Parts: sequence; structure tokens; C-alpha cells
Amino acid sequence: MPGIDIDKLNTLHLDVLREIGNIGAGNATTALAKMLNKKVDMGVPKVNILELKNVADILGGPENLVVGILLDVSGEINGMMMFVLEQQSAHVLVNILMEREIHDISEFTELDISALQEIGNILTGSYLSSLAALTKLTIIPSIPQMAFDMAGAILSVPAIEFGKVGDRVLFIETEFAEGIDHVTGYFILIPDIGSFEKILTSLGVSL
Amino acid sequence: MDSNSIIKVRMADLNVTKYPGILTTLGLGSCVGIALYDPVSRVGGLAHIMLPDSTQIKNNSNIAKFADTATVKLIEDMINIGAKKDRIVAKLAGGAQMFSFSQSSDLMRVGARNVSAAQAILAKLGIPIIASDTGENYGRTIELYTEDGRLVIKTIGHGIKQI
Repeated sequence: MPGIDIDKLNTLHLDVLREIGNIGAGNATTALAKMLNKKVDMGVPKVNILELKNVADILGGPENLVVGILLDVSGEINGMMMFVLEQQSAHVLVNILMEREIHDISEFTELDISALQEIGNILTGSYLSSLAALTKLTIIPSIPQMAFDMAGAILSVPAIEFGKVGDRVLFIETEFAEGIDHVTGYFILIPDIGSFEKILTSLGVSL
Repeated sequence: MDSNSIIKVRMADLNVTKYPGILTTLGLGSCVGIALYDPVSRVGGLAHIMLPDSTQIKNNSNIAKFADTATVKLIEDMINIGAKKDRIVAKLAGGAQMFSFSQSSDLMRVGARNVSAAQAILAKLGIPIIASDTGENYGRTIELYTEDGRLVIKTIGHGIKQI
């Protein structure tokens, strides 16, 4: 059976994918709020279907300095998951969790970096496990890897992967923000084309 | 210089211009920027390629996406605005490995493969590569100045250089 076409997703399909973002990011945001012991607000998830040439426009533009934590997703759902923090937010998170006072990426120690990576691990894990519980599909996340760089350069990694099969990439993007210390960032799930069908079918949506 | 003369080349995109134009591409990661220049006509061309080889991929209609097809098209477009093929020289930038996954899957090596593919197609077309800044694990923004063919490379935390 041929996979569903990224261009033929209808409003219902997009609503369901948005709901995936809602549930996944909702759980991850709750986990972050517990970690920080602060209230964290979550935006309405967006389902972005972007042409390759426009991929680098999300996350504040191609040259915006961000911390990207990326992992591969395999099992019954395949794709990639990213947890992205604005640079300022990465400092704040490290300061809160490691009880430090740093203001520049050059001040990060190995330990700070592994703490950030672990935060990414916990939050993406909580996103994906709620998605697995919802769909009853097996989702196996890889060990997350972190990069501190221009958003465009970081986004080139999923863009290339999805560029192999088409000229568009579907991102389920959810922004979160903590008001007092201004921790802002994004959870991004990028399911591959074959996975749309599995996700939608598992939730009883006809194609 | 007039900022209107700066042309942005996006991901899986290419463009050409003449003096005094500047071609730029922002936030190159594992993609490769292929910058071509004819010093006599002062025609420049820049491609932001994502994948090494169009023949390995079924969905290959977007020619600017692949090293092989993008290079051929870039040279054609440059010739159309006054460049001569035997005067064109190349500079390469990008092809980083942004994430260091332990399993060395294809995906993670794609930066290096993009660089090799760009080198191979340029060799095949007889275009000399006179400078490169590729590999490593960081992103690059590049600017090709048609004034003299210089390629300025900007990074975060790894300085600015000119090749």
C-alpha cells in the first residue's frame, strides 16, 4: 500500500497531528515545570509543512544561535525529535539546575553540557512515551546528541534526511515559555511519511 | 555597498550574479556551499546543496538539492550571464557533522559525502577547487563577493575567515 502523500493531508489529519503535539509537548512541558519548580506555558502546536528552502526560517531564522538536542526515533514510528532552546534559555536552565551563574556558552563545562543533554533526554522521553501510550505504537528513541550552533545548520540534519524522499518536511512544532526566567524553546517531532499513516490509523482516523 | 545587491541562496537553492553582487547562504550545516567564480567577467554562482547524488534518489526533480545536478546548472546559468567555463574556479564550504552520533549511520556522514560529491563533480567538469573550508562540527554562513571572488565564512565560536 502506498504511503499517504504529505500534500494530501486533510484538515482532520492535521488536527490529529496537532493533537499529537499537544499531548507530547504537554507531558514534556509538565516534566520541565517539575524540574524547574516553576510554571511553564505551552503554545498551540503548529503543524508546519515546509519546502526545503524555507526550513531554516523556523526557530528564529537560519543564523539564530540555539541549542539543539536531536534524536532518532525508530520502531513503529520513524523520524526525528528535537528539543531546541534559545541560547539565553540554555544558560538559565543550567544556572537553575546546576546552581551556577553563567552568561555565555564558552563558560559551559562538560558537566553543564551533559546536564543539558540529560534535560533533553528526559523531556523528549516524556514527549515520546506519551505518544507511544496514546497510539499504542512502539517508539524507540536513540541517545540524544546536542549541538550549539546556528538554527539553519542544526535544521540541515533533519532537512537532509527528509530531503531524500521529498521536497517538503512536516514539523510538529510546539513552543513553550517560562515567564519569570524567560526559558523559551521548542519541541519538534518530525515523523517520516510512512509514520503519518501509522499514527493516524492507530488513532482510528481513516485516510 | 548597496544591501540590495546581496542575494540570499536558500537550502536546496542556487543563484548567480555579476559584479557588484554578493551571494550569501546562511547557516550551512551538513549541506555544502559550492561557490563558483569567473574572475574575468566577475560572474559568481552559489549553490546550497543537501545531498551528494541525484542518481541515488528517486525524487530528484529539485536539481539544486544535489551536488551533481546543481553544479551543472550553476555553470550553465553563469555562462548565460557572461562567464566562460574554462575560467571558472571553485571554493567549497560546509559539510559539517553537526551531531556526533555513536552509530556512524549514513545520515551522520552525509556532510563528508556531500563534500566528496562536490569535489568529484567539479573534477569531472574540469573546474579547479582553489580553496575549501569543510568538515568539522559547526555551522557556517558564507558570502561570495563578485568583486574579487573572495569567500567570507562566518561561524559561531570559530571565528570569521576568508578563503
